[in-house]
Amino acid sequence: MRLFRRARVHARVLAAFLISLLLVQLVNACSAGPQADGRTRLTIATVNNGDMVVMQDLSSQFEADNPDIELRWVVLEENILRQRTTTDVASQGGQFDVLTIGSYETPIWARRGWLRSLDGLPAEYDVDDLIDPIRTGLSYEDTLYAVPFYGESSMLYYRTDLFDEAGITVSPNPTYAQVGEWASQVHDPANGVYGICLRGKPGWGENMAFLTTLVNTFGGRWFDMDWNPTIDSPEWQNAVNFYVDVMNQYGPPGASSNGFNENLALFSTGKCGMWIDATVAAGLLSNPEQSQVADRIGFARAPVESYPNGSNWLWSWALAIPATSQSPEAAERFIAWATSKEYVQLVAEEYGWVSVPPGTRTSTYENPNYQQAAPFAETVLRSIESADITNPSPLPTPYKGVQYVDIPEFQAIGTQVGQRMASALINQVSVDQAIAQSQTVAERFMRHTGYIE
Amino acid sequence: MATNRSNRWWIPLLGWLVACLLFFPIFWMFITSFKTEVAAVATPPQLFFRPTLENYVAVQTRASYFNFALNSVVISLGATLLSLLLAIPAAYAMSFFPTKRTKSTLVWMLSTKMLPAVGVLVPIYILARETGLLDTRIGLIIIYTLINLPIVVWMIYSFFKEVPKEILEADRMDGASTYQELVHVLLPLALPGIFSTALLSIILSWNEAFWSLNLTTFDAAPLTAFIASFSSPQGLFWAKLSAASSMAIAPILLFGWVSQRQLVRGLTFGAVK
Repeated sequence: MRLFRRARVHARVLAAFLISLLLVQLVNACSAGPQADGRTRLTIATVNNGDMVVMQDLSSQFEADNPDIELRWVVLEENILRQRTTTDVASQGGQFDVLTIGSYETPIWARRGWLRSLDGLPAEYDVDDLIDPIRTGLSYEDTLYAVPFYGESSMLYYRTDLFDEAGITVSPNPTYAQVGEWASQVHDPANGVYGICLRGKPGWGENMAFLTTLVNTFGGRWFDMDWNPTIDSPEWQNAVNFYVDVMNQYGPPGASSNGFNENLALFSTGKCGMWIDATVAAGLLSNPEQSQVADRIGFARAPVESYPNGSNWLWSWALAIPATSQSPEAAERFIAWATSKEYVQLVAEEYGWVSVPPGTRTSTYENPNYQQAAPFAETVLRSIESADITNPSPLPTPYKGVQYVDIPEFQAIGTQVGQRMASALINQVSVDQAIAQSQTVAERFMRHTGYIE
Repeated sequence: MATNRSNRWWIPLLGWLVACLLFFPIFWMFITSFKTEVAAVATPPQLFFRPTLENYVAVQTRASYFNFALNSVVISLGATLLSLLLAIPAAYAMSFFPTKRTKSTLVWMLSTKMLPAVGVLVPIYILARETGLLDTRIGLIIIYTLINLPIVVWMIYSFFKEVPKEILEADRMDGASTYQELVHVLLPLALPGIFSTALLSIILSWNEAFWSLNLTTFDAAPLTAFIASFSSPQGLFWAKLSAASSMAIAPILLFGWVSQRQLVRGLTFGAVK
């Protein structure tokens, strides 16, 4: 009897659960779908940077030309965006129609079938006009999976007034030995000027982006052809020793918490003699509204030590269509518009040539108006064109990518190693200890993920 | 007695010091929201500057604050009401009709708070997708209810425990039903406690960021998503982020300020004192 009563209670609970589930489904069925008012709704996941804000502002033009499409913007911080879009795409959530992804994720996601190929772009889009290394970075097995709205490499910024005062002439292709020497000459902490500012904030896309280019040009690599980590090699030792020495002697205090934004703020307020970072900073530093040193900046290629190929990185933010998009045709129409030559022209008309998306199309760099508005244009183009993601190191590598390794595990490995490098930078551990710990961490990750025995 | 009091002059001073220390980040965020982007990152930090409203204008131009705020209000209130609806009967049963497993059930409920949220992200995301609850207010209300339920049950349980059993017994002698006992006797006695529990649940739901960022996209995105949209990987953003954050916390700050007397009373004096 008691058992029977208990079974009846269980049946009631189950029934209540099923009814509530049904109600939830009903409520959702009644709510607005992707085409509630006859217009196709495109949900676009993106980051908050200058070029994206401009695109958001100008998107009303696209909606006016395409009255059947309504755009819905979801703007998120870079790391949150990665987590959010990865969760959605990996679990087939179908929440987004257009994704903003980087050149690191594009081939990894394409390999897993998470992205739609962009083979069907119209002829007037002129795919061949996309800058070659950027296009290669957004392709997988020679098929394009994302189109760039912004591309960058890295380069050297320096203060022309300080360099003139010290009698230094910067060659267009400087070396790291010269950089160390120049840093000592312009270092003047008593007057609030530090010889050099470099990234110190730990993270695979933060300090390790710069440090990987440094290791490359010092002749090192992340992994050998059998995927064994090679962080304990002499090349890594030399590169990290150079970085820690130069930063301890001529860097700003608290450098281990400085990323791109912090260094941008330091350089634009006149606190740095030199800075090696993303080419996108050129436009920001040249803008007198944002920079106190806008009229005193010199530009040069990223310094080289012994090997030129991997000394400057290659990155692009691009637009891709997830395989789960409910409106792929409309999404393709939008991304073709947002990365077209006509869009570049539209930005130039509305915001001026200096604001057009950099690093995407060759035609932009051939335009005399752009060349005039952006004195750094040639250095940027040459930097991007010289970046070779297939040969980042003088030694053969099983991976692609200049400042990253194109495997999903790299985010975790890079960030863990970055934390050890930041510890070495603040002298919490020695360079030798940091390198030994990093090697152990990388080996453990690679063993756990089955790359090595 | 008078000597004792005069010797304790440092206690209010310490109180003020701790209060200032806790309030300083909010104060700094608020004044940063009136600076230009360059002034916001100036070293040394500027305390005196020419204030500007440009960040508030930019924030409002780029995102619709009121949609996000409305979602925050609906979700926090909805989750709080639903948690109270479930927690009051549960706490009533546990306080006045305990079994040998009541204590361990209470501890188990609390232990669910110890699991890192990211550990269940994928299963919950898939469940939400399957039930059509992704990017819906109902979905977030259910999640927030589940998150806050252990704390709400614990708090109401402790408030109910302070109600003398004799009052309820007298009530039963007069022939009150369980429903009448709960609604007409117990709830009025424990009202300050329930009110402070509700306030805490609203504040926790308002501030929750992990699930709101992961389970919403556009339609149900609350103010935490609004704030996240102003952080930038490249370019100066602190002043705009401060303006967005000030706008996001303003309603809950005002709400907490207005109701702090009830909140403190409920939390410190218990239900019937």
